[in-house]
Amino acid sequence: MALLDVQDLRVRFATEDGVVKAVDGVSVSVDSGQMLGVVGESGSGKSVSMLTVMGLTRAANATISGAAGFEGRDLLSMPAEDLRRVRGNDVAMIFQDPLSSLHPFYKVGTQIVEAMQAHRDISDVAARDRAVELLGMVGIPDPRQRFGAYPHELSGGMRQRAMIAMALSNEPKLLIADEPTTALDVTVQAQILQLLARLQRELAMAVVLITHDLGVVAEVTDQIVVMYAGRIVEAASTEKIFRAPEHPYTWGLLQSIPRLDKPRDEPLVPIAGLPPSLINLPGGCSFHPRCPYVRERHRRVEPQLEPLPDDPSHHVACLLDGEMRKNIWKDLRAGMEPQQARAAVGLEEEPA
Amino acid sequence: MSTKGEPLVEVRDLVKHFPLTRGIVFQRKVGAVHAVDGVSFDVLRGETLGIVGETGCGKTTTARLIMRLLEPTSGTIRFEGDDVTHLRRGALKPLRREVQMIFQDPYSSLNPRKTVGAIVGTPFAIHGLEQGGEQRRRAVQELMEQVGLNPEHYNRYPHEFSGGQRQRIGVARALALKPKLIIADEPVSALDVSIQAQILNLLRGLQRELGLTLVLIAHDLSVVRHMCDRVAVMYLGKIVELADNDSLYKRPRHPYTGALLSAVPVPEPRLAASRRTEVPAGDVPSPTNPPQACRFHPRCPKAQDVCARDEPLLEPKGAGTIAACHFPLTQQEAAERVPTAARG
Repeated sequence: MALLDVQDLRVRFATEDGVVKAVDGVSVSVDSGQMLGVVGESGSGKSVSMLTVMGLTRAANATISGAAGFEGRDLLSMPAEDLRRVRGNDVAMIFQDPLSSLHPFYKVGTQIVEAMQAHRDISDVAARDRAVELLGMVGIPDPRQRFGAYPHELSGGMRQRAMIAMALSNEPKLLIADEPTTALDVTVQAQILQLLARLQRELAMAVVLITHDLGVVAEVTDQIVVMYAGRIVEAASTEKIFRAPEHPYTWGLLQSIPRLDKPRDEPLVPIAGLPPSLINLPGGCSFHPRCPYVRERHRRVEPQLEPLPDDPSHHVACLLDGEMRKNIWKDLRAGMEPQQARAAVGLEEEPA
Repeated sequence: MSTKGEPLVEVRDLVKHFPLTRGIVFQRKVGAVHAVDGVSFDVLRGETLGIVGETGCGKTTTARLIMRLLEPTSGTIRFEGDDVTHLRRGALKPLRREVQMIFQDPYSSLNPRKTVGAIVGTPFAIHGLEQGGEQRRRAVQELMEQVGLNPEHYNRYPHEFSGGQRQRIGVARALALKPKLIIADEPVSALDVSIQAQILNLLRGLQRELGLTLVLIAHDLSVVRHMCDRVAVMYLGKIVELADNDSLYKRPRHPYTGALLSAVPVPEPRLAASRRTEVPAGDVPSPTNPPQACRFHPRCPKAQDVCARDEPLLEPKGAGTIAACHFPLTQQEAAERVPTAARG
């Protein structure tokens, strides 16, 4: 059984402007020892879904439904008091900006000790030793000295390492990392990704890595879900997402970024338009206003996330015919523009 | 239109030190942040020059010095052959017309209380151009159309636009005075991935159409490769390598360039698994007290004794490249680290 098993998660926020459908029926699971990448743009619901699993969106204006099974218990319906015992203990989280997630007035070491003592009965001396050990494990030089440093005395990369040390202090079974490298330079990003991958292997944790960067997930994850407008549009192994992506949004993401592994003059194909408003989602497939392969039916019918007939581990929510999708991707790979690819597979021209 | 290939901007030995002081009433100088420490390069007419490097390497300071938003500590900046290093405020106005900037954050670089029309029209007002309401309005709307905005949105406020559209407003404002040089400081790093390509394509298209010279400052090496003709790599206030695009990405010579390129995540799992990520351990040292001689030597995998003694000069290291290194990377070392080099 999966360590974390999220079923049909829906999160809505009532706001002055209307109801924001932040997460709209997300099902995803992670096993121990697996790293799952959650990819999407701002407003795709990638962070909100995981924050909700951690019980961090329980606000007066939030409506949450679905289930998030963790070791047989449902995190969504768990009383706040019980959840507090799970959070920071069995499930830990690290955030994008380590400066705002560390308390500026307390020493880094003290904060790690506090995180440990909040969850177990451990003496000051033992907690201190353990904190120093953790700081060393995440690659902070002179951990004994750094124990007494304040957050502002550390660089961005070192702060993120300190956050990781704190998250690991209670040996969590699941670590959720929300854009952990977005605020960091590339070389530091590479260091942190290597660190996460190593720790995940050594501690056999499950890791959920939330990011907008396809390069980052390609480097370290096993499985990927691609989210758009609060839903999962594609889910597959990392290998499949990059080799044989099925959803037009995934194609768009892959083709809109300049890549070092592609010829330099390969043109960037942007995804037209803008991400939709979550208050007023387009009918049918939410991606249809931006999709180059849209047909009349796609504006009415909502696609469901379904396994591919020839590969049950690869899920996609798209109304296009499977054979046609494969041909379009082949044409796009060969350098065709989306409009040409559309014509090549015989999709009829849209009436204006 | 002028001939391509001549220098538009010549920067020589440019230095900017920010003093560090102690005390409130009697401030004494206790040191300096060596933000830019002797950089020299040309920006050629019609080219796109990329400046890359990590946080704190001095790339933004360099841009602001060229813009004369900061006063250089020493060195010279020539624009079209004229020395503009120490021009006074009044004398700067003509330069401002020739050099424009696009900023990183499209949220904080547009005045939220002004309409798009006013924002894009302000450069005209400052320089007394396009006088008369109707004429200015038409000029602004032409610009809006040029950058892919709907000219009917002339009276809207910045908050009514998305991040990508706001960046287009920033581009329109920069284009208003038909500048010869545009400096774009991280123009896409605050935007969503699907929007970045829209802005990059816009900048490339405008450059071709208008024959602009562009200095692109970015930390994303894939973006720079896509956009630039030549690339300068900065580390701790110095240029460590300056090369044309192909040379830099096919055969990086400086170990720091190799490290940067090896750290770029590649959206291709097999390649990501096979290549060697050679990232220097530890952090970039403080620019207050940079290492002696070669500034990269404490972190460099190829460092030897001489690197801590003698500062390497920026010298030609093969075709199309100058690098400041005693022991540049070999082709094999480059190929192990860099996906673009592996392709040959």
